[in-house]
Amino acid sequence: MKTAHALLALRAIAGREIHKFLRQPGRLISSLVRPALWLVVFAVGFHDGLGVAILPPYDTHVEYRVYMVPGLAMMVCLFNGMQSSLAMVYDREMGVMRLLLTAPLPRAYLLLCKLLGTSFLSVLQSTAFFVLALLFGVDLSIWQIAIAMPIVALGALMLAAFGLMLSVYIKQLENFAGTMNFVIFPMFFLSTALYPLRKIEESGAQWIYALTRFNPFTHAIEALRFSLYGQIEPTSLAVVAASTVVFYLIAAVGYDPQRGLIKSA
Amino acid sequence: MTLNVTSVCKSFGNRKALDNVSLHVAAGEFVALLGPNGAGKTTLFQILSGLFIADRGKAVICGADIGVTPIAALSQLGIVFQQPALDLDLSVTANLQFQADLHGIARTEAKQRIAACLSRFGLSERAGDTTRVLSGGNRRKVELARALMTRPKLLLMDEATVGIDPASRAQIIADVKALCREQDLAVLWATHLVDEADGADRVIVMAKGRVQFDGLSAQLVAAQECASLTDAFLRLTE
Repeated sequence: MKTAHALLALRAIAGREIHKFLRQPGRLISSLVRPALWLVVFAVGFHDGLGVAILPPYDTHVEYRVYMVPGLAMMVCLFNGMQSSLAMVYDREMGVMRLLLTAPLPRAYLLLCKLLGTSFLSVLQSTAFFVLALLFGVDLSIWQIAIAMPIVALGALMLAAFGLMLSVYIKQLENFAGTMNFVIFPMFFLSTALYPLRKIEESGAQWIYALTRFNPFTHAIEALRFSLYGQIEPTSLAVVAASTVVFYLIAAVGYDPQRGLIKSA
Repeated sequence: MTLNVTSVCKSFGNRKALDNVSLHVAAGEFVALLGPNGAGKTTLFQILSGLFIADRGKAVICGADIGVTPIAALSQLGIVFQQPALDLDLSVTANLQFQADLHGIARTEAKQRIAACLSRFGLSERAGDTTRVLSGGNRRKVELARALMTRPKLLLMDEATVGIDPASRAQIIADVKALCREQDLAVLWATHLVDEADGADRVIVMAKGRVQFDGLSAQLVAAQECASLTDAFLRLTE
């Protein structure tokens, strides 16, 4: 594969994602309304009810909405990853997917281009969410957000790969909404987006604790939470990186006609 | 030989979609692949375009086995799918540019090729329109222009004229035949419309996953002792 060819394909595939996003300003707005509601309504409502103990990376008591920000930023990436997955299923139904799969390039590379396009949009939307959080007066600085952006990108990559993997298994658009209910909500609620892992453990709900602990989404949130304070959480970083590779490889195998599950593109 | 298919078999569960299919298409040849619905034409095309892998046998495009070196094979291939495959939200030019990028054609070169292809199919004035607003016939022309813009050695057309009015169908067929002569393009044209096969250099008839006939249309008519190609086709595939 020649570099120039690879770059043209990347520009085409990722560019198409971005072009479609820019044509739909409502998508950016809706991607911000959801976490903004959580941040404003939920955080205010539970501000006094949910006390967050001093846990690393925090060295003092923080407002509940400060605690929520990493989870909500990753929620933006999660929803965008799912949106991309939906677009893949739509492309398959509309036949556009065939163009991609019959391009004279390695399938794994074509999927990587898609992954990068989706991740770029996730980072873009997360950045917009951070700006919104600052406007709402959340106690974070631009510097904190800037140093956390590589981790946002890594989390976005993992969730885009997750969406790509799901698109292998979702055969029809009609099945998408149902699948999302079984994916987004458990992934979000069985994570540390809304409450720390120790709180869940202390509650005695051991199976919820176990699911939350092994949920890759939890680790994306925790990696981001620590990075906002200039710290690295090695276990979470390793889980996120490994999950990204695993999800991507499963998707690549799924789209491989030799071994894949895609019987009709 | 531009396309050489040898003993290809493909099954889905217990159903044999392709049973020992062999055929070839030479450079500059316009070959009609006739077959009723469910004959296995689309499955064959999906194998030729790398979307499926044959259970047995091989398909070689310009010396590259699609199952072994798919990238080399796909770079020589232009495809118009049975199901339309246009991004309806993109303009005509953007759809062609997308394909040019996927094939690694430099932007300046792509611009010239796109302009030439659109001009050939009378679509220059619609270049900026989104494909959503085009008629069915014009959409097919865009797909054909897109397939040809990469200058393939082999063009696969899978029932590409379904749903198109007779005048547009005739025009598309005439354009493709002209390309065979001018550019030595090999064409495998799958159809169940017998009249489209009438002027082909050669006719291959498929039914029930097997090649039933491979030769000139006149030979098929004579062999079946019928008055027309339609009758001969029906007798052979009934």
